[in-house]
Amino acid sequence: MKDSSSARNYKRFLISAGRQWALIFLVLETLVFIIFARGFFSLKGLQIIFFFSTAIFLLGTAETFVIITGGIDLSVGFIMGFASIVSAKLIVILSNMGISPGLSILIGIIITLLVGLIPGYINGTLVARLKVPSFIATFSMLSITYGISELLIQGVPAKNLPYLANNIGNGYFIYILPGKLVTLFKKPAIVRGEPLIEIIPNVVVFTFLFVFIFSFILKRTKFGQHTYAIGGNIEAAVRAGINVKSHLIKIYMVSSFFSTLAGIMYMLKYVTGKGDAGATFLLDAIVAVVIGGASLYGGIGTVGKTILGCLIIAVLETGLRMMGVPTFEKYIAVGIVLIFAVLIDQFFPELIHKED
Amino acid sequence: MASNTAIPVSAGKERSEIVIIFARNWALFFLIFLTAVFSFTGKGFFSLKNFQNILYLSTIFLLLATAETYVIISGGIDLSVGFVMGLSSVLSAKIMQIMHEALIAGPVTIIILGTLIAIGVSLMPGLINGVLIARYNVPPFIATLGMWGIANGITLKICQGFPVSYLPPGLVELGNGYIVYILPGKAFSFFHKPFGIEDSQIRELIRIIPNAIIFFVVVLSIFWFILNKTKFGQHNYAIGGSKDAAVRAGINVKKHLIIVYTLSSFLAGLAGVFNVFQTGIGNFTPFSAMYELFAIAAVVIGGASLMGGKGRIIGSCIGVILLRLIANGLSIAGVEPFYRFIAVGLILIIAVVIDQLFPDLF
Amino acid sequence: MEYILEVQDLTKKFGGLVAVNNVSMGVYPGEVVGLLGDNGAGKSTLIKMVSGVYHPDGGRILFKGEEVKITSPIDALAMGIETLYQDLALAENLNVYSNIFLGREKLKKFLGFVNVLDHNQMLSESKKVLHGLEIEIPSLKNKIRMLSGGQRQAVAISRSIYWEAKFLIMDEPTAALGITEQKKVLDMMRTLKDQGLGIIVISHQLRDIFSVTDRLVIMRRGFKVAERMTKETNPDEIVGLIVGAETVNK
Repeated sequence: MKDSSSARNYKRFLISAGRQWALIFLVLETLVFIIFARGFFSLKGLQIIFFFSTAIFLLGTAETFVIITGGIDLSVGFIMGFASIVSAKLIVILSNMGISPGLSILIGIIITLLVGLIPGYINGTLVARLKVPSFIATFSMLSITYGISELLIQGVPAKNLPYLANNIGNGYFIYILPGKLVTLFKKPAIVRGEPLIEIIPNVVVFTFLFVFIFSFILKRTKFGQHTYAIGGNIEAAVRAGINVKSHLIKIYMVSSFFSTLAGIMYMLKYVTGKGDAGATFLLDAIVAVVIGGASLYGGIGTVGKTILGCLIIAVLETGLRMMGVPTFEKYIAVGIVLIFAVLIDQFFPELIHKED
Repeated sequence: MASNTAIPVSAGKERSEIVIIFARNWALFFLIFLTAVFSFTGKGFFSLKNFQNILYLSTIFLLLATAETYVIISGGIDLSVGFVMGLSSVLSAKIMQIMHEALIAGPVTIIILGTLIAIGVSLMPGLINGVLIARYNVPPFIATLGMWGIANGITLKICQGFPVSYLPPGLVELGNGYIVYILPGKAFSFFHKPFGIEDSQIRELIRIIPNAIIFFVVVLSIFWFILNKTKFGQHNYAIGGSKDAAVRAGINVKKHLIIVYTLSSFLAGLAGVFNVFQTGIGNFTPFSAMYELFAIAAVVIGGASLMGGKGRIIGSCIGVILLRLIANGLSIAGVEPFYRFIAVGLILIIAVVIDQLFPDLF
Repeated sequence: MEYILEVQDLTKKFGGLVAVNNVSMGVYPGEVVGLLGDNGAGKSTLIKMVSGVYHPDGGRILFKGEEVKITSPIDALAMGIETLYQDLALAENLNVYSNIFLGREKLKKFLGFVNVLDHNQMLSESKKVLHGLEIEIPSLKNKIRMLSGGQRQAVAISRSIYWEAKFLIMDEPTAALGITEQKKVLDMMRTLKDQGLGIIVISHQLRDIFSVTDRLVIMRRGFKVAERMTKETNPDEIVGLIVGAETVNK
């Protein structure tokens, strides 16, 4: 029966192609924007996508860890805002004390990273020790963090940060003066009119450094394995002797660590801190994780696939912005993409949760 | 069977009756307690005017919380109510604005038309949510999150980011009116200010029972009745308790859920329209308002469980009033607004911890 | 010969209810003891005290003749007491060898300083164990959710074997299994028995009980009401003791 076997092969091809639907969608939307958005198809355009989306990548990674354990972290956006304010204020205080800009920034960032672990610790304790559902615990933390952020700011945005912060936040990793020199991190002095090629914004470097490290952790270490185990069958994890409570606390601390990083990136980019800086990114992060194939019930998902989801959102938002489409349309688009993603999961479950 | 025999039922009897009554109504007790505290911390808190103000501002939240009560009892969640409310607010205002500018009809007709159309349109998001959730098994969190974005986008598109104003007169009077007006010793009227009084006397005017209260008492009563006295309400609890059991008992769960989510966005639409009556303009919902999360918080404080199967409208109302009271009390006491966020977060945690300690109260 | 595991006057209360009431019993190495009783008799509470999930309110536990305090599942596991729960406690989203090594993963060094999972070693060790039990599982990289009931049972048992259990507790091991798989599980139990493990098995399947146990302990309402050598009794008497009224001591 030659017909049916070629039909079968065709079907198999469709299924394995369909498995990559997210990738295909990414390619398609990229093509659409290349055609319709001016400036999209350029080195600059590519970098703009990543530059503006660092928060999505970081928060998406944060949510991946939490969602795999079967929970959710609603506070990521506001921890990001909190961190942006704390870091900005710290740096201003330190540099006003006479400490050099470089050192102020470094110390300010380190302290912020440490302080940013606290909301995560509280979230984790609420969820693991007090058995508060993660939805509620992290919503409470969202609210509390927002309140504290506004308290710190008192309506006055932080400013007067050292110029170095701006340079770092908006600087690039590699500078190429064609035919002349290549420098790392330092922008070479140029004569006006000389072409300067800038590659990979600093903030993108920092972002992906941490994303890669934690992706490795999730995939290859005992910590990652236990995370999946807890998400898959929490009883099994308990009976296998895993300290589930302490592990969950660490997971929420990882999440707030990434949220804090996102806030620090924001501060570096825009040289200020804002309480609701990250509010809209929560939706993006969750959508990205879902597109990436993680199940909201836990146990499934990887950072890599989440990043793919983040890319889809990042390209979508940046592309729409470059086309001059106002922000509101963006919400519609993201909402539709989300529903689309889940429907695909419904109709073709074998596509997403494939077994080898 | 064997290995999962947990703590036997009789173990619960250890707790005394008083503790149970307290835990069951902790929100109410806390409300009374806070009322007493705030009476001392701020002048003007403990007054008829202020209490009516609290209730008045709570109206939209009460409607949203009722919506969430239904949805949460059924085992789901509706994140889109805040933005559906914004959609209906903006849509009704826009329609009224267009008709008013074009002088198509008299104010009353315009108001009625604008209201009805907006409410009608606001059934759509709920319908879509319901179908996605019931027919296509999309998790409620996701479906309503998607609708959250879409509704917001459409809203902003309609109003281009600005509140919609220039609406027919009489709107605001309706929304802000009271049933009884008393000028002590002199005049006494219903539904509108007594005629012929001078401006200087307006300050002494005592207003009783905002129209708003009639409105939400009526609406809430209807929905309370449906939830507690009808088969539909009973099924709602059943589905939330165990969807499987409900299916096997022959309940048309799919149809039921579609209705529940439609009802939810209907209430949100109602809230949006009412908002226009209250403020006189059509307002989109800003991100930072987080109405849906406050509504959900109120429902949880009121004793519902996010797992479904538990919850009462009265409880949700108490939750809403508690949250609004805190906001009001804190602001009268001169405390900065951001503390409100901290307070809400803490109370929510308390609510859930109490729920943990006393799992079988309702 | 002395008991490998013994409980003396073990008691557990929940509020006002006494779930386990001064129960004493023991298991010899190489012996399978059936723990029987109706719902609510206290069987699972008893084994949960031995496996570290519950703390006893009274009495003591002796392992290899010495009194021990088991404060958590990790303590029990460390001593060599492995428990196979009715719900198997396997993570559906992880594969076979990951489940066998859950909580006790084998690690190797990456770049000299980071500890990462040693998949290869875990895979090969798991193959050995499963082979020893004569269980066929096509690929150990398959996730648990793709396995049949009997295969899952085998994975759970392999976990205990690998960690050199000295004492095994099995709760309803044959429930929800087909006939062939039930037989395989019973064969596995006999193999383990021959290797010198002590086993307690809880089951409602009297046919299985009579086929594999050496001794029977019957509980009712928290008390131990009887003890019999399997060879010296019959199903009717056992059912009578499970539901009956008198307390009969051996």
